[in-house]
Amino acid sequence: MAIVHESDVLTTTAPKRRMSMSQRETAWGLLFLSPWLIGLALFTAVPMIVSLVLSFTDFNLLEPGATKFVFLDNYNWMVNDPNTIKSFFVTLKFAIIGVPLSIFVALGIAILVNQKMLAGKRIFRTLFFMPVQIPLVASTIIWLDFLSGQTGWLKFILEDTSGFIGNILGIIPGLGGAAGEFRNYQAPDWFNSTTWAVPGLILIGLWGIGNMMLIFLAGLQAVPTELYEAARVDGAGRWRQFRNVTLPMISPVFFYNLLLSIIAAGQYFTQVYVIAGPLGNPDHETFVYNLNLYNEAWTYSRMGHGCALAWLLFALILGISVMMFRTSARWVFYAGGER
Amino acid sequence: MTSVAMPTRPGLYSKRRRKARRMWSKLSMTAFAAALCFLFVLPLIYMLSTSLTDPRVTSIPGKPLYPAITEMVSYTDPATGIESELEVYDVPGYGRLALVDRRFPPAESTFVDPSTGELKEIVVNTFTLQPIWHFHATIDNFTRAIDDINPGFDVLFKNTFIIAIFGTIGATLSAIVVAFGFARFRIPGRDGLFLVLIGTIMLPFQVVLIPQFIIFQGIGWTPSLLPLIVPHFFANAYNVFLLRQYFLTLPRELDEAAMMDGASPWRILTSVIIPQSWPAIIAVVLFHFFFAWNDFLGPLIYTSGNDQLWPIAIGLNNFNTTFRAAGAPSAIQAGALISLIIPVFIFFLAQRVFMRGVVISGVEK
Repeated sequence: MAIVHESDVLTTTAPKRRMSMSQRETAWGLLFLSPWLIGLALFTAVPMIVSLVLSFTDFNLLEPGATKFVFLDNYNWMVNDPNTIKSFFVTLKFAIIGVPLSIFVALGIAILVNQKMLAGKRIFRTLFFMPVQIPLVASTIIWLDFLSGQTGWLKFILEDTSGFIGNILGIIPGLGGAAGEFRNYQAPDWFNSTTWAVPGLILIGLWGIGNMMLIFLAGLQAVPTELYEAARVDGAGRWRQFRNVTLPMISPVFFYNLLLSIIAAGQYFTQVYVIAGPLGNPDHETFVYNLNLYNEAWTYSRMGHGCALAWLLFALILGISVMMFRTSARWVFYAGGER
Repeated sequence: MTSVAMPTRPGLYSKRRRKARRMWSKLSMTAFAAALCFLFVLPLIYMLSTSLTDPRVTSIPGKPLYPAITEMVSYTDPATGIESELEVYDVPGYGRLALVDRRFPPAESTFVDPSTGELKEIVVNTFTLQPIWHFHATIDNFTRAIDDINPGFDVLFKNTFIIAIFGTIGATLSAIVVAFGFARFRIPGRDGLFLVLIGTIMLPFQVVLIPQFIIFQGIGWTPSLLPLIVPHFFANAYNVFLLRQYFLTLPRELDEAAMMDGASPWRILTSVIIPQSWPAIIAVVLFHFFFAWNDFLGPLIYTSGNDQLWPIAIGLNNFNTTFRAAGAPSAIQAGALISLIIPVFIFFLAQRVFMRGVVISGVEK
């Protein structure tokens, strides 16, 4: 857009009101940005401020006229409300187990479908990616029944595999006890069990690693092959190559995937709502942060509570992001050296 | 899998042995990937099988994994003349017999031989007997899902398409325009604005959800589909980012040539940039279409209280909670299958464009 000829400007605008080339460029540019700028103001900036203000009030949707400032009462309520504290720890548990697990599974599958030796790579990539494209409510319902403790197939798979191992162990003398344990193994009834409900949600989450896998895959493919050749010449084995070449080279995509999956864990809602309902069955065991927020704001119309919860979440995610960016110089390697 | 480029000492392996080794590692790796992939696809096979299975048999232990039904015979009681359907079992020592009268041991249960009509009294725990299974697929679950889902698949699909199509038009047009602004114009503070744009990706939607709801309620847009469509006309960060990255890769010479011919920036966008950018634009179209098809919390909030506005996500969830109590998962799985056919079909048609789009928006910072 740098070249705008003086002659164009002269012929299209009157000399007095003539704008300079850069002013014209700015004006056009702002015109093109305007949909986003207007949307930013209307749907992000103003609502953020309103949300912050409301978090200091007792705004109730049913009687907005009676709203008054309560200062820090909502935040005070938050740290004392047992449900809120519970929901915070449920989400924390979900994130601490689920985020690393899904990242490593995604990376593992990306490495697998990037192997030179693998036949039919494109088909595998498509099939591993496909579950992401299944509508969320439908995929959640499929898994809900797939994991059922009465008729779910995972139960059959686990119990049959265990029984098979038991039968093999039974042949070996002296292992009768262990064999019996394997034969009598009972698969968990995931979403009716307080122990297994959150792991069940994480398991479902592993089905949706397609995006992460593709991003890892692109990162792996961007690693220059000369680096591997050089490492091999230096006598590095496969593990050393992975540790000292692959990992540093894909650390930017690792960073990106980690950040986005932490944010996604903070926003987790649909699957748990479909499976466990607004109360996070069984026994509040899956009562994630957003179920609490949804209940406070929409079931009970306590918008003040909802806004305070939203801002706490925002502050936490912002804090984690800032921390990650701050420390990224130490563990994220940018090949171009541009950061 | 290691042997490809390993520097091998000459003569260590004969050529044929090396070839055999490669073949073997290729086979074992592909087999491993296929097994893993099978686990990934298994829930879909479960859905397909369950949705084709007669709901009366889904909870019988020992049911095969394919759609099947237990063998039944019709039997007319010679004494009373009453006709009934009897279950056929494999009775050890007797073969296939239909159960007429169930009694607990030591009492004798009554069976009838389906081929001869001969009655037999046998002492056996009838609950341990295995029924005879036959392959049998039924479409009854689909008709039941179609009949029973509230407020009907026609309404649900209509609403989903309205949200998806209008939202996609808005999201795509606005993202093209804004991405063009970021990619081609030197505006003071542009880099700062771009950082703000990327920052909105990190903003949890919850922070703006409640005020947006209050605003939309204030202007009378609840319940309606408008809050699910209109905000998308103001450009979303992911889409802008993807398109901007793509536009930056296009050579500027063409723009500049067009400009020298007196084309306005708008003209350059429509006749130079867009024609070169279809892969990225189609990716954005697909992203939004799938987003709209998937969105749950938005419709949950904005269409509650009026089932005539529900999209498929809400309708299916409602169907699930209403009919789960009734027991059989068959009709629910049939409903899930109906709701995913269109997105999966579109995905397989356009998967290459789609998967490339994920990569562009994810990797190129």
